[in-house]
Amino acid sequence: MMTAAEVSESIRNQDISAEEYLSSILERIEKIDEKIHAFVTVVKDEALRRAREIDEKARKGEKLSCLAGVAVAVKDNICTRGIRTTCSSRMLENFVPPYDATVIEKLKAADAVILGKTNMDEFAMGTTTETSYFGATHNPWDLRKVPGGSSGGSAAAVISEESSVALGSDTGGSIRCPASYCSTVGLKPTYGLVSRYGLISYANSLEQIGPLARTVRDCALLLSVISGHDSRDSTSVNLPSKDYLSSLIDDVKELKIGLPREFFEEGVEEEVKGLVLKAADKFEELGASCHEISLSTMNYALAAYYIIAMSEASSNLARYDGLRYGYHDENNEGDFDTVFSRNRRIGFGAEVRRRIILGTYALSAGYFDQYYMKALKIRTLIRRDFEKSFKHVDVIIGPTMPVLPFDIGERIDDPLKLYMCDILTVPANLTGCPAISVPCGFVNGLPVGLQIIGRPFDEETILRVAYTFEQNTEYHKFRPPI
Amino acid sequence: MSGSRRVSVEEVRHIAELAHIELTKEEETLFTEQFNRILDYFSKIDEVNTEDVPPTYHVLDLVNVYREDEAQEPQIKEDPLKNAPKREGRFFKSSRIV
Repeated sequence: MMTAAEVSESIRNQDISAEEYLSSILERIEKIDEKIHAFVTVVKDEALRRAREIDEKARKGEKLSCLAGVAVAVKDNICTRGIRTTCSSRMLENFVPPYDATVIEKLKAADAVILGKTNMDEFAMGTTTETSYFGATHNPWDLRKVPGGSSGGSAAAVISEESSVALGSDTGGSIRCPASYCSTVGLKPTYGLVSRYGLISYANSLEQIGPLARTVRDCALLLSVISGHDSRDSTSVNLPSKDYLSSLIDDVKELKIGLPREFFEEGVEEEVKGLVLKAADKFEELGASCHEISLSTMNYALAAYYIIAMSEASSNLARYDGLRYGYHDENNEGDFDTVFSRNRRIGFGAEVRRRIILGTYALSAGYFDQYYMKALKIRTLIRRDFEKSFKHVDVIIGPTMPVLPFDIGERIDDPLKLYMCDILTVPANLTGCPAISVPCGFVNGLPVGLQIIGRPFDEETILRVAYTFEQNTEYHKFRPPI
Repeated sequence: MSGSRRVSVEEVRHIAELAHIELTKEEETLFTEQFNRILDYFSKIDEVNTEDVPPTYHVLDLVNVYREDEAQEPQIKEDPLKNAPKREGRFFKSSRIV
């Protein structure tokens, strides 16, 4: 199967038509998605119409942009005009946004074809894509296993070739975790690099939209398209646009790579550690130097992350009253408070309600200083810890996930046990640093991801390190047996 | 740590009310048990000395981003109330508030 870069080039040169390429993808979805359940919505007719439009442009000799005809699957928490955007929640089951998110406008301007919306944990709150109102997504490598989350549908669609590339969102690992569990590349950009306008908020000081792809090149290509300043998002940073394809250099000589002791401690499975250390050896062989470092605040990152994320969630999700849009119980009698509270019990799943209630608790009088304010102060200490490390090393590497993909249903009844899976991904969100996960091997047929964290706004270096690793290994060439 | 309950069922019921989320009886019990385990884990952060440490609300050093107050073409061209479950003309329809 061609990469997005190859597809776009072939369509621009009219070697293949956008329509025939899209049809082959739609056939693939038809054939296998009932097993994987990567999609919540597929917009077949609209996508075909758009593909024909692009073919027409090509025939007329009009200039086509860098994603010409490339099929993109979009996580279902990113608003798409005229295409329902559900957040995999009953609350938004029938919500059809009247506008496009900025990233969607950018994709359309780059001549991409929006294929459909992918399944996710409800409101992006999860690590397994099991909390979707529409049912779990299955890991294409082993259908009994979780695909990771919360962007599980996006990663599963990409690796099983139901889409060329996909967009996800990452609040505490939600792009990198499924990238690791499905053996794709997934990048969380620096906070502020990609506009969040049109991304349905969960924890707005932590999250970013980012690409998932089968190769580092496609990931860089998609990042180049979606990044850039947007006056509609006041946290979007005004920096000159970059072409991230130019950072794809197969060379890590003289690069300093930090391996934090805390990323290899108890709780991280031996086989996972082994593959990541093997990746470190590879980098040394290629001329980089690896250094053991320590991030002593790591021990508190997960607790601080969850307190902040839940607090922000309780505020962001207060808007769902079932009045202006969203789930509304038809037989709902009573005053406003009663109706409001009932709409939210029925409209939200258990994990969403848990996080809203705990967040409300952490922000409430008497507990504000003990939980929320304390967590924000620890966030400062974690940032300082990372800043200090980045004075000595260019990138930090470790496993993306501490454990291998586990069985669907295995952990879902134990929220705390699930939260623990995010221990290695949340620091990048707390600090705003960019981070990428790339395939680094398999254990009994299950994928393992290597995480590379960089300095803020230095996506170039993590892409270069990821690209070099990919060019000197074979893991990205494997496909699931589906 | 163990055995010390941080929240009671009554407290959980009260916070859920503040958050405007109805809970069933079974959920009140289940959530209370789960919250106590989660809050026990959160209490780790008590160990950290954060005296004189400022909070990080936000990783960017941006404050008050302004733009010119100029009228622009509306991005939303269709009926902005189209997703409302109940409406009357140009208005959302709500249950009794007072």
